[in-house]
Amino acid sequence: MCLAIPVRVVELGFDEMAIVDLDGIRKEVSLALVDGVGVGDYVILHVGYALARLDADEAERTLALFASAAREAA
Amino acid sequence: MSGVRAGYVRPLDIRHGRVDLSHGAGGRAMAQLVEQLFAAAFANEWLAQRNDQALLPRPEGRIVMSTDCHVVSPLFFPGGDIGCLSVHGTINDVAMSGAQPLWLAAGFILEEGFPLADLQRIVDSMARAARDAGVPIVTGDTKVVEKGKGDGVFITTTGVGVVPAGVAISGDRARPGDRIVLSGTIGDHGMAVMSERESLAFGTDLVSDTAPLHGLVAAMVEAVPGLRALRDPTRGGLATTLNEIASQSAVGMTIDEAAVPVERQVEAACEFLGLDPLYVANEGKLVAIVPAADADRLLEVMRAHPLGRRAALIGEVTEDAHHFVQMRTRFGGKRIVDWLAGDQLPRIC
Amino acid sequence: MKYIDEFRDGELALGIAAAIAAEADPGRSYNLMEFCGGHTHAISRYGVTDLLPPAVRMIHGPGCPVCVLPIGRIDLAIRLALDQGVIVASYGDCLRVPASDNLSLLKAKARGGDVRMVYSPADALKIAAANPEREVVFLAIGFETTTPPTALVIKEAARTGATNFSVLCNHVLTPAAITNILESPEVRRLGTLPLDGFIGPAHVSTVIGSRPYEFFAEEYAKPVVIAGFEPLDVMQAILMLVRQINDGRAEVENEFTRAVTRDGNLKAQALVSDVFELRRSFEWRGLGMVPYSALRIREAYGAFDAERRFRLETRSVADNKACECGAILRGVKHPRDCKVFGTVCTPESPIGSCMVSSEGACAAYYSYGRFREIPIVAGAPA
Repeated sequence: MCLAIPVRVVELGFDEMAIVDLDGIRKEVSLALVDGVGVGDYVILHVGYALARLDADEAERTLALFASAAREAA
Repeated sequence: MSGVRAGYVRPLDIRHGRVDLSHGAGGRAMAQLVEQLFAAAFANEWLAQRNDQALLPRPEGRIVMSTDCHVVSPLFFPGGDIGCLSVHGTINDVAMSGAQPLWLAAGFILEEGFPLADLQRIVDSMARAARDAGVPIVTGDTKVVEKGKGDGVFITTTGVGVVPAGVAISGDRARPGDRIVLSGTIGDHGMAVMSERESLAFGTDLVSDTAPLHGLVAAMVEAVPGLRALRDPTRGGLATTLNEIASQSAVGMTIDEAAVPVERQVEAACEFLGLDPLYVANEGKLVAIVPAADADRLLEVMRAHPLGRRAALIGEVTEDAHHFVQMRTRFGGKRIVDWLAGDQLPRIC
Repeated sequence: MKYIDEFRDGELALGIAAAIAAEADPGRSYNLMEFCGGHTHAISRYGVTDLLPPAVRMIHGPGCPVCVLPIGRIDLAIRLALDQGVIVASYGDCLRVPASDNLSLLKAKARGGDVRMVYSPADALKIAAANPEREVVFLAIGFETTTPPTALVIKEAARTGATNFSVLCNHVLTPAAITNILESPEVRRLGTLPLDGFIGPAHVSTVIGSRPYEFFAEEYAKPVVIAGFEPLDVMQAILMLVRQINDGRAEVENEFTRAVTRDGNLKAQALVSDVFELRRSFEWRGLGMVPYSALRIREAYGAFDAERRFRLETRSVADNKACECGAILRGVKHPRDCKVFGTVCTPESPIGSCMVSSEGACAAYYSYGRFREIPIVAGAPA
């Protein structure tokens, strides 16, 4: 129901704020809802707040799952 | 000997001055505004005559006229401003008939309190745009409204041009089998403007694509005189323009999402705000409907022009009693690209 | 765009589609409900339905918080703007929703109401700070994804002592929506639920985790697969559901592992329980009163509750009798079954909740799907 996008953290700021980037578009957002986020991490962003850190390994695993489903069906 | 200097008028204080009601009242203050600001910037033989009208020679060919009102906010945005936008917009409307634009008229409604420095910026931008396009602003008018009754400045431009013999370009001429060609990337203007809006603001390199397209059109018409239709997708975006033509011509259309060029930053900005680039405004692009046999030639000519480098064949015109514009998605499915129900608004859901 | 484009890959889509076609038994139907507006949008926008075999039927549930927001609640915001000179800050989604007296927030703005669109609740608080002499009310909507940001902003308001800021809270809860569907009158009447599985919402689940769905899988013996936001996620989830149904399993599976864990975001959950509490019941447009389905601001933060501050009383406004939204939201009717669909009720002039936002079942079908069923709608609207 909620429009949220994966964005990359490029700069940490004061008061749990951070600058994130998506293909050259930058926005200042809040990291107050997620702990332990560093520069280079990806977060799920919704209405100006990061909701979760994106697990890069799981992302790769999921993509591999898609590919395997495709291979099995072939 | 009197110390009064004959004919002395204190020059406009562009740096700190503001528009006030006397500037629209028809008296000396208004004459000064016209002379020192507008006429000085637009500088041409017609304005130099100081008449309320411009006397023009009768052109050869069928006359085309178009008018456009400009209420853009913010007035200044990355890549342009309301001034050059108003010049380009009307030049383009005239050019979409295949016509060569000849002259422009400009009307200004100024809000009391509007900074003269901003007005100078806008007018200079218009003058530059008109000069670069080779289309002079030959006549104009200005009025002032009370504070609160205007958004700084509203500009209306009217353009006149001529269509060469043998050219019949109109939105109702699309036929099944024709090809749909787009001159370049979509969504640049709308997202550049949006990036400056309070609360939605985001950091970006995006700039408006505002540009006069008459040179590109001239090259296109010369190479392919059988062009069916031309239109520039401004407010409402590409989707609205395609639906308009489909409706006017009583046909359907199918386009390929993968073929529509979109800048990466425009795609990203749209992701942030939940917008669809197909519905975002453009100010320097056009859509052409061309007979299939001429499509390749048209693309070649467009890509040779600086404003058509990213020209792409994006779809075809079909037989469809419902006049639907359909799209083959990048994903492999199909969807309708429908009319917009009001302006697209950023969403959270 | 990293983590976005890869999950929209057309080649992989064809592969998963082939797998679904191979494993779905053509002799039965698989009725799958997704109740995340984002999923509805992804399915429509990418034409996912075209890639599914006829045996697999997608049903759009009540996962759009704008659609289920009762007219009466929007009326409250409109009246605050028009009658009390309040600055009303709202997400873009709500601005055009038609409310009573032929008004909407946008129309109220045209009548002189100070209505401002914001991207984030933090912006609403900024407006309050910039306008200390005016009252500012933030119209809060959304499921569990959107609630933590509102909680943070209320706490920030408390910390900075913003005396002119309050929130009109309409936050609703996903499990309650699911229960409502599973316990619908049709179920009692027919003795069976015409649904075989659920696609769990993407971003709500990042906050609440996968655990809350385990109850439904067990109690109602229906499989749930939490799916990510992109079309490939949705297709993979459909494949996983088909497999569960074929195997006779009813488990909670997580396809969106890159962002969802079993526990969810505990920090966000704690913040929400600190600021909000359950309402005993709340009206959902199209579904009627639903128990324990919504949140209100706790007494401790009562100073920031617009309902307390302005002593607001919500009037329930009935939808048009011909409106079939309730049945459509519960998955027992299709938009084309509704007498007013596409005629009186269109995205330009929506009658009921399913047409109100671009993610409502009817709006999505109207905008993206109706060309498949030729008898409906002809020509372009004026």
